[in-house]
Amino acid sequence: MSLGGDILGVLRGDRRAGRVVPPTGYTASLTVFTAAAMAFLAVFALALSLATGRLAERWGSELAGSATVRISAPAGQVEAQVQAAERVLRTTPGIALVRVLDAAEQRALLEPWFGPDLPVDALPVPQLIDVVEDGQGYDAEGLRLRLAAEAPGAVLDDHSRWRRPLVRAAERLRMLGMVSILLIASATAAMITLAANAALAANAQVIGVLRLVGARDVYIARAFVRRFTLRALTGASAGTVLGMAAVAILPRASAEGGFLTGLGFQGWHWLWPLAIPPLAAVVAFWATRVAAFRSLRELT
Amino acid sequence: MALVKFSNVGLRYSTGPEVLHDISFELKPGSFHFLTGPSGAGKTTFLKLCYADLLATTGRVAAFGQDAREMDRDDIARLRRRIGVVHQDCRFLDHLPVAENVALPLTVSGRDASAEADNLLDLLGWVGLSEQTGALPPQLSGGERQRAALARAVIMDPEIVIADEPTGNIDWDMSLRLLTLLVELNRMGKTILVATHDLNLIRAAKQQVAARVLRIRNRGIQLAGADL
Repeated sequence: MSLGGDILGVLRGDRRAGRVVPPTGYTASLTVFTAAAMAFLAVFALALSLATGRLAERWGSELAGSATVRISAPAGQVEAQVQAAERVLRTTPGIALVRVLDAAEQRALLEPWFGPDLPVDALPVPQLIDVVEDGQGYDAEGLRLRLAAEAPGAVLDDHSRWRRPLVRAAERLRMLGMVSILLIASATAAMITLAANAALAANAQVIGVLRLVGARDVYIARAFVRRFTLRALTGASAGTVLGMAAVAILPRASAEGGFLTGLGFQGWHWLWPLAIPPLAAVVAFWATRVAAFRSLRELT
Repeated sequence: MALVKFSNVGLRYSTGPEVLHDISFELKPGSFHFLTGPSGAGKTTFLKLCYADLLATTGRVAAFGQDAREMDRDDIARLRRRIGVVHQDCRFLDHLPVAENVALPLTVSGRDASAEADNLLDLLGWVGLSEQTGALPPQLSGGERQRAALARAVIMDPEIVIADEPTGNIDWDMSLRLLTLLVELNRMGKTILVATHDLNLIRAAKQQVAARVLRIRNRGIQLAGADL
């Protein structure tokens, strides 16, 4: 079995070898259609995987380096505890930036829920201190103990409580997208195998004649392999183009839309779907080749 | 050296009874053999053993010095380029025209059939099918199909030509025409082995060529006597 010869045969084409197997009519269209549908789905699975990957990365990187200290204290003690907490924070190794949010910033944070005219000063809203860690990071547990001693109303929120599940969820979605791509590839291989087996069985008489006149298995297999590889490539190319067009017309990512509007490709990630047609062709090549050699041993 | 040699060959299909038993036979270069016997006697089975379409259950079949059991599938393909076979039902690819069917052994062996177009046309002329090169096999008469099958069998210039009941579906005149072609091939040095139950054909052949007649009887093979 000459694999190199097979690959060259598929790329270069052999009109006579292709002609020895009779045309198959509508089953050829079914193979092309199925390959197109699979490629279309693969584009979306890829988009999902890449988008969730971006999401996980963004959530991880944006939130991992920041923390918030929330100070809830009786009205007369807030100022003193803020100063105490600020002192502790500024002397803690691993913290690069400490910034007490002013009333306008706090109002902006609450605005989506309470509207623009919220009198923050009149409400018992906790004072927030924004903390940004340096590259080495800080000891969160040690900081909590020191804050408890110096500013009892201060609570350190390093976002890990809700960041980790979100990142984990995004990573699992990405994994799901990858598993979907693998499943689509496997389903494509199974579909091509079934179609190839059906074609081989339907052409048992032709194969018998070819063996009778001295055709080697590799020659016969090549006729089928080339046919199914080209069909898969054609279908997958069409499906990929349609899938990319569908992804392109999805709403663009926006803060209001959240995750769903970011479900697309960004920048050079648009190149990724272009790998789907050749991969479909490779899957078809292998599936048909394996099916052909197995069937040929059984048929003749 | 014998081109095909049977040594105590027996054959049974699956768990059924033995179809052929303890057959020893040598197919010498340039010889002309008829193989006869009643329908179901095992003539086709015998021929299939010659071109490794079947493997002996017992004993040994060697073709061109190589044991058939030791041949892999590529060896068998190569063997069939050295043995041209004509079947009673011809076995064409019905979607290809006659010329492409006849050139099929060249095509599958990787030779450029278009480069041998002159030989192909000569061959088609020799079997009397010059006018039918573009016809599809189902459009041919029985005799034309047999002659096309013969042309396909010899296009690779094989050492041996095997024909299995080649005149089974054609009239007497056409049978004689086909016989003439086989005799011509034998005179050109080809080894011919023809399975037939048509004793008139054998008698007609013996007037033109020194043919030996083998008869399959009681699962064995014997040289037929002067009764033929």
